[in-house]
Amino acid sequence: MKSKNELLRENIIRTSGADVKKCMKCGKCSGTCPSYDEMEYHPHQFVYMVETGDIEPLLNSESLYKCLTCFACVDRCPRGVQPAKVVEAVRLAAIRQQGKNRLTPDGVEKYLDDEIPQQAIVSAFRKYTK
Amino acid sequence: MKFLYYPGCTLKNKAKDLDIYARESALKLGFELIEVDEFQCCGGVFTTANDEIATKLASVRALKAAKAAGVPLVTVCSACHNVIKQTNYAMKNDAEFADKVNRYINDGDDYHGEAEVYHYLEVLRDIIGFDKIKEKCNGALKGKKIGAYYGCLLLRPSSVMGFDDPENPRIIEDMIKAAGAAPVIYGERNECCGGYAALEEPALVKKRCGIIDESAKAAGAEALVTACPLCRYNLVKNGANVPVLYFTELLHKALSEEI
Repeated sequence: MKSKNELLRENIIRTSGADVKKCMKCGKCSGTCPSYDEMEYHPHQFVYMVETGDIEPLLNSESLYKCLTCFACVDRCPRGVQPAKVVEAVRLAAIRQQGKNRLTPDGVEKYLDDEIPQQAIVSAFRKYTK
Repeated sequence: MKFLYYPGCTLKNKAKDLDIYARESALKLGFELIEVDEFQCCGGVFTTANDEIATKLASVRALKAAKAAGVPLVTVCSACHNVIKQTNYAMKNDAEFADKVNRYINDGDDYHGEAEVYHYLEVLRDIIGFDKIKEKCNGALKGKKIGAYYGCLLLRPSSVMGFDDPENPRIIEDMIKAAGAAPVIYGERNECCGGYAALEEPALVKKRCGIIDESAKAAGAEALVTACPLCRYNLVKNGANVPVLYFTELLHKALSEEI
């Protein structure tokens, strides 16, 4: 029987639609990432760690919430690996767990000011909450 | 000429100028935007995971309305454009995903990406033509140095968006030129402002916006234009050195009878 970790790895790879095996480890994804300085694990590490099944550290890392979904890494990867989709699949694996929503309707108010566009709020809920 | 129009949540609230000036300018240029009946919010960002169905239904419903009306679906907000365009691409190219969506909606009219999606800027470039703006332009913006701020959502992923050259875009600069002003090219115009991290990570967004603002200022921009309410909010909130306008405000200024 497959281990829980192996099932999780397969699920992340399948739902991301990304092919982590194509990565040639050039680091361009991390080099172009606007959140690089804020991340504990960088885009190239997400790709490598999912490929090797070292997923637990990623699931528990704040780095999941630093990705801006700007697709710079997706567009600039010379191998078409699509790292942002790997980050997203790991983030979903994290927030789909019971009680793991990052943002709640009660907790959002403290972030708001009079000018903040609705777009910011709905986007954050889509990324941080299931 | 009529198009179906998807305004989205923000253009009905905090970004009313983006919406109003788009509609008024359209009439001046000979086309009309007819709002999708009872449209639902697109969600602001596309969820890339291919097992996410519910988060994409609002986009599919708007796309189906355009298919039924037999006209293209036009967006103005960068975020709506990105979400709807990526959803349409998935409906067209991912048979398993489309099948799940169609089974859920189950209204007897399966959808497979038949509708065409245009951003307002693409309508200007590809259907109306920038020459039409030049023809109707009042000259009020002559000599003004304007920087286009694309951000990320209009351009990427470029294989899906097909909007412009993602690393060296020109569509907004061409509009600025047609409106009688002088476009300013600067390095950070297609890099992310920090987006929705504005809520939880204001320091990250401040850093990003500072880099963009410095880049635009160094190139001599006197104002920036954008199609994204969140880009505008982030840049203004973080102390941009220059005014940040919606591209439709600039267009409206160029087409206005009162100078």
